[in-house]
Amino acid sequence: MSNKINPIVVAPEELHEKLAALKAEGYDFLECLTGCDWEEEGLGVVYSLTKSSTTFEMTHIKCVANDKENPTLPTVSDLWDIANIYEREVYDFYGIIFIGHPDMRRLFLREDWVGFPMRKNDHPEEKNAEIPSTNEEISDTRHKYMIDADGKLVCEDSPVFAEDAYVVNIGPQHPSTHGVLHLRTAIEGERVKQIDPHLGYIHRGIEKLSENMTYPQTLALTDRMDYLGAMQTRHALCMCIEQAMGIEVSPRVQVIRTIMDELQRIDSHILFFSCLCQDLGATTAFLYGFRDREEVLKIFEKTTGGRLIINYNMIGGVAHDLHPDFVKDVKHFINETMPKGLKEYHSIFTGNVIFRNRSIGVGPLSREQVISYGCTGGTGRAAGWHCDLRKHRPYAAYNQVKFNEITYESGDSMDRYMVRLKEIEESCEIIRQLIDNIPEGPIQEKLKPIVKVPEGCYYSAVEGSRGILGVYLESKGDKSPYRLHYRSTGLPLVAALDEACRNYMIADLITIGGTMDYIIPDIDR
Amino acid sequence: MAVRKSAPVINNIPYEEFNDNATLEKLIDELNAGGVSAAVAPLDKLIDWGRSNSLWPLTFATSCCGIEFMAVAAARYDMARFGFEITRNSPRQGDVLLVNGTITTKMAPVVKRLYDQMCDPKYVVAVGGCAISGGPFTKSYHVVKGVDKILPVDVYCPGCPPRPESFLYAMMQLQRKVRVENFFGTTNRKQKDPYKETIGFGSENYAELLNQQEQA
Repeated sequence: MSNKINPIVVAPEELHEKLAALKAEGYDFLECLTGCDWEEEGLGVVYSLTKSSTTFEMTHIKCVANDKENPTLPTVSDLWDIANIYEREVYDFYGIIFIGHPDMRRLFLREDWVGFPMRKNDHPEEKNAEIPSTNEEISDTRHKYMIDADGKLVCEDSPVFAEDAYVVNIGPQHPSTHGVLHLRTAIEGERVKQIDPHLGYIHRGIEKLSENMTYPQTLALTDRMDYLGAMQTRHALCMCIEQAMGIEVSPRVQVIRTIMDELQRIDSHILFFSCLCQDLGATTAFLYGFRDREEVLKIFEKTTGGRLIINYNMIGGVAHDLHPDFVKDVKHFINETMPKGLKEYHSIFTGNVIFRNRSIGVGPLSREQVISYGCTGGTGRAAGWHCDLRKHRPYAAYNQVKFNEITYESGDSMDRYMVRLKEIEESCEIIRQLIDNIPEGPIQEKLKPIVKVPEGCYYSAVEGSRGILGVYLESKGDKSPYRLHYRSTGLPLVAALDEACRNYMIADLITIGGTMDYIIPDIDR
Repeated sequence: MAVRKSAPVINNIPYEEFNDNATLEKLIDELNAGGVSAAVAPLDKLIDWGRSNSLWPLTFATSCCGIEFMAVAAARYDMARFGFEITRNSPRQGDVLLVNGTITTKMAPVVKRLYDQMCDPKYVVAVGGCAISGGPFTKSYHVVKGVDKILPVDVYCPGCPPRPESFLYAMMQLQRKVRVENFFGTTNRKQKDPYKETIGFGSENYAELLNQQEQA
């Protein structure tokens, strides 16, 4: 199965019309939006659209801006809510101005940053050599660019917050934002009126770094992106490179990867439970969660040598064979530890009246909203969107196993919490079906010493711990990628935070943020 | 009469088994050179004992190492055994800044500010490859190549991320450092008032400036 994509090239003038037509056709989920610098060809964007309700079939549209120095493209943020933040990302990295976009500010980098770092001819280190010692001035002005009658670019400014809004900064150093997220929150009394997420405090430039690395080297950075989906992220990139090169990995590797992915998912969901409890003040539940999580880490450590950063998947296989105790340990974990643990979680926290009052009906997102915002994973499924890629675009050994796709209806915080606890059970079920018959075979395919991916564009996606994790890879046939883009699972969740928290209490912001379950380094990359 | 400082003792781990004793001995020699009065030395010891056993970390984590830090705080590794269990969310109440994870150029002023907000005596531990040197991201355009570029670091704890054991080991190294500290006359010395000499104590401007500073 090849994952090569042939994006349909569309002229900028027809772009909006074409995408609107595709959306009406059923491609109503903007899965990925990748900016790219094609040097001579110019700067542009690849839009990856998916049929969200039926087959999860994809189509890719490529659009190149006419002007190379000051590129402009029409916005699609009126069609998809998530395009708003994706286009800001592209503007930040490539300097492509989206005409008609309501809020053309930088997303990750400081406002006084010079240049656009992802352009091929930009040298960001030389222009920004000094470590800034002053606090960042965050502007309160939105820029909207329009083209006037003479064809000139004009900028309309408008304030981010209403004039009399009372704005409180939550973060970047706040224990309940799960990292270094900065939420500028306009409040009225105790009610949240508007949230303006300010990102980039842990933007490490992974995509740019990857462009100067060989393929095996790029793998190392994936684990550090979403560290609670380390297996899955690396799986996605390995799968993308393997399929692009036409390597078939052995059934043994497929099964091992599936089991590892599910163990990682359990690990992530337990941590989700623990942190949510901690944020809401239940320290005992936090300790219960971490007690069981250590069991997963012990299994990982025996086979891979790593606890959190695992470095296990490799191009064409996995790094080490399974530890002799693996089967025994995993069986003990899924049959003894986890069912007992889940029972305890439910009795200590799920039924807790404080938690129920703080979560039922708090921060609901409807099915239309999650599709428009591209919130996949537990958040999407809680709103009733069947978006599990393990079902809809099966990869690895997922077509050999039977499991239920957990969905709920109302999409509030309680549902988002329940989806994840139920998914732990399903993950155990998947492992139970595979653990007894791991096929024999090689754990590593023979590769040439230098890995080179044939020329073309490729896209692969897996179901990560918190949603669809896509990898867009463009190769020119070299030993390093020309463009490597990750579809972050967390960015849509943060984008939807404004919608979910509006008119709820500040204290509910913690619940909503906790149940959305985002990981900041995965958002910022 | 002067009392000489001796090597710090950590329960259950012999002194020789610690890494990098040379640096510590150099530090002790430097402190001894000044001489310590016989009257306050036992008091110093008492305060250092109390301090080293109640180092409260500031809850500060930017990336992966923060998850390992949570594991250290949880039941299996249980840093409460050493007195580090109370993590503080406010820099005013923290004793030690554990730099868990990558510091980007955008984050650098924020970290600096957090450090400035902490009360003396304060310590910094650089946890993980990223905080020490930039780690795997050292070639990135947006990463500070080591937190020691912006803060004075007391202990470096290598690893990506460090194992919980090495985390605890780094904290014990910090404890050893704290245990040889002089308390009277040095670490709690008040910062010199910057306005006293330039403007003149007691003048009208002085009170105004003090007011302004307090409001800020």
